[in-house]
Amino acid sequence: MADTAQLTEQKQELSNDMGGEKYKYGFVSDIESELAPKGLSEDIVRFISAKKNEPEWLLEARLKAYAHWLEMPEPDWQKVDFAPIDYQDAHYYSAPKSAADGPQSLDDIDPEILETYKKLGIPLHEQEMLAGVANVAVDAVFDSVSVATTFKHKLEEVGVIFCPISEALERCPELVKKYLGSVVPYTDNKHACLNAAVFTDGSFVYIPKGVRCPMELSTYFRINEKNTGQFERTLIIADEGSYVSYLEGCTAPMRDEHQLHAAVVELIVMDDAEIKYSTVQNWYPGDKDGKGGIYNFVTKRAHCRGTNAKVSWTQVETGSAITWKYPSCILSGDNSVGEFYSIAITNNMQQADTGTKMIHLGRNTSSKIISKGISAGKADQTYRGLVRISPKADGARNYTQCDSLLIGDQCGAHTVPYIESKNMNAVIEHEATTSKISEDQLFYLRQRGIDEESAVALVVNGFCREVLQQLPMEFAVEAQKLVGISLEGSVG
Amino acid sequence: MLEIKNLHASIGGKEILRGINLTVNAGEIHAIMGPNGSGKSTLSYIIAGRDGYDVTEGEILLDGKDLTALAPEDRAAEGVFLGFQYPVEIPGVPNTTFLKEALNSIRRHNGEDELDAMQFVKMVRQKTKELGISDDMLKRAVNVGFSGGEKKRNEILQMAVLNPRLAILDETDSGLDIDALKIVAEGVNKLRSPDRATLVITHYQRLLDHIVPDHVHVLAHGKIRRSGGKELAMELEAKGYAEFDEAAA
Repeated sequence: MADTAQLTEQKQELSNDMGGEKYKYGFVSDIESELAPKGLSEDIVRFISAKKNEPEWLLEARLKAYAHWLEMPEPDWQKVDFAPIDYQDAHYYSAPKSAADGPQSLDDIDPEILETYKKLGIPLHEQEMLAGVANVAVDAVFDSVSVATTFKHKLEEVGVIFCPISEALERCPELVKKYLGSVVPYTDNKHACLNAAVFTDGSFVYIPKGVRCPMELSTYFRINEKNTGQFERTLIIADEGSYVSYLEGCTAPMRDEHQLHAAVVELIVMDDAEIKYSTVQNWYPGDKDGKGGIYNFVTKRAHCRGTNAKVSWTQVETGSAITWKYPSCILSGDNSVGEFYSIAITNNMQQADTGTKMIHLGRNTSSKIISKGISAGKADQTYRGLVRISPKADGARNYTQCDSLLIGDQCGAHTVPYIESKNMNAVIEHEATTSKISEDQLFYLRQRGIDEESAVALVVNGFCREVLQQLPMEFAVEAQKLVGISLEGSVG
Repeated sequence: MLEIKNLHASIGGKEILRGINLTVNAGEIHAIMGPNGSGKSTLSYIIAGRDGYDVTEGEILLDGKDLTALAPEDRAAEGVFLGFQYPVEIPGVPNTTFLKEALNSIRRHNGEDELDAMQFVKMVRQKTKELGISDDMLKRAVNVGFSGGEKKRNEILQMAVLNPRLAILDETDSGLDIDALKIVAEGVNKLRSPDRATLVITHYQRLLDHIVPDHVHVLAHGKIRRSGGKELAMELEAKGYAEFDEAAA
């Protein structure tokens, strides 16, 4: 309890520090890259697989996915609006030349890359980490490859495997083969299918039986090269009775053209295990007229296989021109628990269609959805969530709360809950509110000396508090600042 | 300290204040009384700089500086504090966070160092102790779930923390029972200072039994119709505002 209280107090302090910064991660690093030729074809798929020295089975899986992708229609049910993507107009592989052979020791990394991560506030030197307060291991993914993973050896001491997925293929191929695509099959949707064909890097985590991972694990995704897409793949397996807290962060340079980021994340949770997965997504959102920005089309899903398994998704989505993602939980194990805590902020011309799916299969499974959507400028966002209770899920429970906050009168917020219950014993609750920041609130805060933008940030941080509190401390600080920065220019 | 000169103001073209002249010196408490709809609350909003009101003529000077063109937050930094008739709820924002942000915004504006978390907590605990307010109120979200009395005491706490040059208390007595009223009045009295000008806006005389003013003004139909000592409040209590209705008619 003492820790919690302290954390809460620290979190309370955060809101003072919301200076006037725009998108500060928009710089480009001057790094020589090896690029695949533009376009998408079977040859490109083979090229990527060859670059990674992959086993035959994986190449076959990629080719199968590619063939399927060609036939697959784009999803059309989401409430977002954009011109069709020209898939032939992008590079599907981009690696800094110095990192082409996979992660090496820090001494071998291009100093420019180290500088990039330093600018982003991501320390890759372990001694820096130890000197600071943070207790976080980092996998740094730069365009299509992982350039560094810290604390690998310290984690190995307790049997935790944390490495780029390409390295996992060499270290524990049987685990990768068994679980890759087991939660999100390539047939799932067009974006996930594309990922299955052309994914490049991403993180692999295995937490052995009974191990509580001694530090936060995190992956930091950076898109640098222009005209590229990023297609990372993350696979986390929490064996019986284990626990891990994993964080991911994302940024990209400011560019006039859109860039595609189509990731797949799969979580596998065994008996009595727990995964806490947090995201702070701050991809470049485009300019105020909607020029440029990342298309963030992501498929994230957790499978609670075991009894008493638990998954908690927390996401803070402030960036991207378009966000399309629905981190979901398949609750197969009896008594398993799925949670989804979300903050989505859209400003200017940003669009987001995001939510979750809670699929209750086991008995006494429970799920909780807390979604906070903030829309400003001319932005439009939708919460889209599915709660499905299967006939066998006796005693299943769901609680959903969707709150939308509107700033100004040109933005939109929509809530689309789907509830499918095939079990008479299920208890499903759904609450939704939509509100505006009132003139009274702003005047009250301003009368106390707080300027208008800080006042908006304060009200919005209060609105999101329940979700911000779910984040690990290191991310909560960043996220709270982001909330203020993302909404700059939304009033006045 | 506060000088209002020939202040005219309107909302949507309708004139609400029709030439207010008022001087409040440091250390003084002035009460502004008047019938409902006389422009009392409007006056407090206009001094604080709320949007939606047009000052068409006149000046509001604080320590000789004209406030009329300043944003509300800049007026606050200059030392204007408005105790609200209906304090506003800010869900999810702890009182301490709000107070610290407010205080440090004002300090930044005035070129002073910000207080860090430790310094702030020490200072605010001192204030709650002096005012007899439970520290529990600091942790709760701003005014959310507060009783009427708690909301008004929270206003007094904010005033104590921000230590304004000019305090305007708008209908501080509304919605309070007599016990809550006494507690709030006691807080105001504790914050009496030779460096501060205080303006108490009220409809009823009863608040003035507890916060004794140096001067009383009657505001009706957008103008100060009469000024006097505290005995004027007693007279109004006995006779009501009827004569001012006639005066305007």
